[in-house]
Amino acid sequence: MTSHANDHSHGHDHGHDGAAHGSFKGYMTGFILSVILTAIPFWLVMADVLSSNTATAIAVMGLAVIQIVVHMIYFLHMNTKSEGGWNMLALIFTIVIVAIAISGALWVMYHLNTNMMPQMSESMMKSMP
Amino acid sequence: MSSNTDLLKLIFGRLSLDSIPYHEPILIVTFIGVAFGGLVVLGGITYFGKWGYLWREWVTSVDHKKIGIMYMILGVIMLLRGFADALMMRAQQAMAFGGNEGFLPPHHYDQIFTAHGVIMIFFVAMPFVTGLMNFVVPLQIGARDVSFPFLNNFSFWMTTAGAVVIMISLFIGEFARTGWLAYPPVSDIIHSPGVGVDYYIWGLQIAGLGTLLSGVNLIATIVKMRAPGMSMMKMPVFSWTALCTNILIVASFPVLTAVLALLTLDRYVGTHFFTNDMGGNVMMYVNLIWIWGHPEVYILILPCFGIFSEVVSTFCRKRLFGYSSMVYATVVITILSYLVWLHHFFTMGSGASVNAFFGITTMIISIPTGAKMFNWLFTMYKGRIRFDVPMLWTVGFMLTFVIGGMTGVLLAVPPADFVLHNSLFLIAHFHNVIIGGVVFGVFAGINFWFPKAFGFKLDPFWGKMSFWFWFIGFYFAFMPLYVLGLMGVTRRLNHFDDPSLHIWFIIAAFGAVLIAVGIGSFLMQLFVSIKNREKLRDVTGDPWDARTLEWSTSSPPPEYNFAFTPVVYDHDAWWDMKQRGFTRPTEGFKPIHMPKSTGAGAILAGLAIVFGFAMIWYIWWLAIVAFVAMVAVAIGHSFNYDRDFHIPKEQVVKTEDARTRLLAKKA
Repeated sequence: MTSHANDHSHGHDHGHDGAAHGSFKGYMTGFILSVILTAIPFWLVMADVLSSNTATAIAVMGLAVIQIVVHMIYFLHMNTKSEGGWNMLALIFTIVIVAIAISGALWVMYHLNTNMMPQMSESMMKSMP
Repeated sequence: MSSNTDLLKLIFGRLSLDSIPYHEPILIVTFIGVAFGGLVVLGGITYFGKWGYLWREWVTSVDHKKIGIMYMILGVIMLLRGFADALMMRAQQAMAFGGNEGFLPPHHYDQIFTAHGVIMIFFVAMPFVTGLMNFVVPLQIGARDVSFPFLNNFSFWMTTAGAVVIMISLFIGEFARTGWLAYPPVSDIIHSPGVGVDYYIWGLQIAGLGTLLSGVNLIATIVKMRAPGMSMMKMPVFSWTALCTNILIVASFPVLTAVLALLTLDRYVGTHFFTNDMGGNVMMYVNLIWIWGHPEVYILILPCFGIFSEVVSTFCRKRLFGYSSMVYATVVITILSYLVWLHHFFTMGSGASVNAFFGITTMIISIPTGAKMFNWLFTMYKGRIRFDVPMLWTVGFMLTFVIGGMTGVLLAVPPADFVLHNSLFLIAHFHNVIIGGVVFGVFAGINFWFPKAFGFKLDPFWGKMSFWFWFIGFYFAFMPLYVLGLMGVTRRLNHFDDPSLHIWFIIAAFGAVLIAVGIGSFLMQLFVSIKNREKLRDVTGDPWDARTLEWSTSSPPPEYNFAFTPVVYDHDAWWDMKQRGFTRPTEGFKPIHMPKSTGAGAILAGLAIVFGFAMIWYIWWLAIVAFVAMVAVAIGHSFNYDRDFHIPKEQVVKTEDARTRLLAKKA
């Protein structure tokens, strides 16, 4: 069935609702953007540009997210219309789930010690049996 | 001498003769039984010369129907193993009071409850649910196979490989003593230095890969291969629930893979993700594994909701009440199942805001579930209900699941959870929803679709026996646990001092025996039905006067499912076709393009077993060899261009004519 489906998609689907193949220009744009977006984090870390480590970490993660978008557009050829909108739907679902999991986990983990006795410091807890 | 040990270590890793538990009489007896049974089966296959048949027709098959049936067989076999564990636990707890230590020492008892949980969820419930989806979904949406038939075969064999790895732990080494989710710190290398947790990790990683790939496969199938005219909102409810379940699988199983990989790193190379020192945090493991774990329970129950929907509308001869509300309820549950995971560890110590949020989201989930319940009730209302076996399971489910749902809402109240956390009340609750929901659903599904798969109905007498023993046995086995849980008895204990608790455990053990009779009746039902298959034969392909497309083809369906792809105009497409006086086409057949069988899936899974075993026992050279071999086979398979063939027109004509004659003879 796989190859059957392939035969068909070569025959009809492309250009209708399947994702389009990229052009040389598209791939080059994606490639150059990816290189830039990879170089900046290296520079940020190696040259110690931002004063605080947290700011650097957030900047690196932000650039990584932008890089994901670049890959999706230029390498995976996703847009709001590809695969009859299923790609977009899947993307929205993924973003919702990932956002829930990451923000939820951070919230939960920062709440970890809320109900511990107030005078206990973290080092005291570690020395507890 | 020392260089000799070094050499042995290099060759066998941690494996030595001491790893064989020959000092455990229970395991020796089990091993003799398994070895004897295995020899009988292997000898029988050899004697009847069925090896070639098995390899060509089943092991290498990419037919979704055969793969679905193999999943069900795997589920039944593992059910027997998991249930044997359950019986041993119930017997131990019924005995071990006061001076009596019972027959299971703690280290063995701990392995048994861990194995029971792992096997029942991963290798009983999951194969059953995946098997039913595999068999039914392509037929129900009018497709000839799944989107990626080879991947389907590979997924099945990886799931089986995981089960084999877990089963090996019975006779070589030990299994984890950590409970079914292997929380650190008890599962870390300091507290569990043996191979038990490693069996757990590699068994689940291998099986998890299969589950994930089958999820991808079924999503693609449902999205891309529906029959013409079947828009999403005309799709049968079972296919809808299957879609949502597989979306959950694809979204959540990577989390399990990741968290187990981090635990593996902690155990194998000394990282500190989940340790108490060096910046690690054990609660991160609990948090992550429940981000997978809660969607997992909805992965199991959603397809069962789909089964009940099909059964109710078929056996009440009515269109399902509130089709679109059923679909929306399913989708809402899919999303909400990601918002509740913290209710598994309210007692972690988080503040009121976190606990309140997750308590409320948990309660909200009962709303779409309740909506479904009313939809089924309203479908039954003024319907012409036939109490065949699938309908019995469905009514049993509706009664039992409501009780389980209500105790779930009780547990969702954080202050109540602080009292009930890890008590037998919790055990009673989740068995109430998993047995009352998933197991009853699977048995309803087996009784409902068995005639489609094999061409004859299951014997109703033994089916009813099975139902009543399961149903009554369930209440005897788990209602006492609610009582004990409210009295504060915690889970996973292998000995008790307070004699006033004793009677409840004896009642629970009696319930377990009733369930054993229920399982025995099910096996008897299979045996009797196969024996009387000519009497139970159904030639119409539609024994229940059912509503969806799978009943429009013959039973068992031809390997191409449909000679002509059906065209859909309404919900319940087959019912609609019957109402409009559909006549089966008897000419104009064309050759049919089908995928070819391949042994690559079974070979890859076999190598995965070797790889897992080598990693568990630190046999590094073997792990490397097996891994390289897996990659080589996978690459080699990708160069296999001989993947498809056409069923010649003459053969299609022959198959269809045979059916025409059978139907004519019937009429």
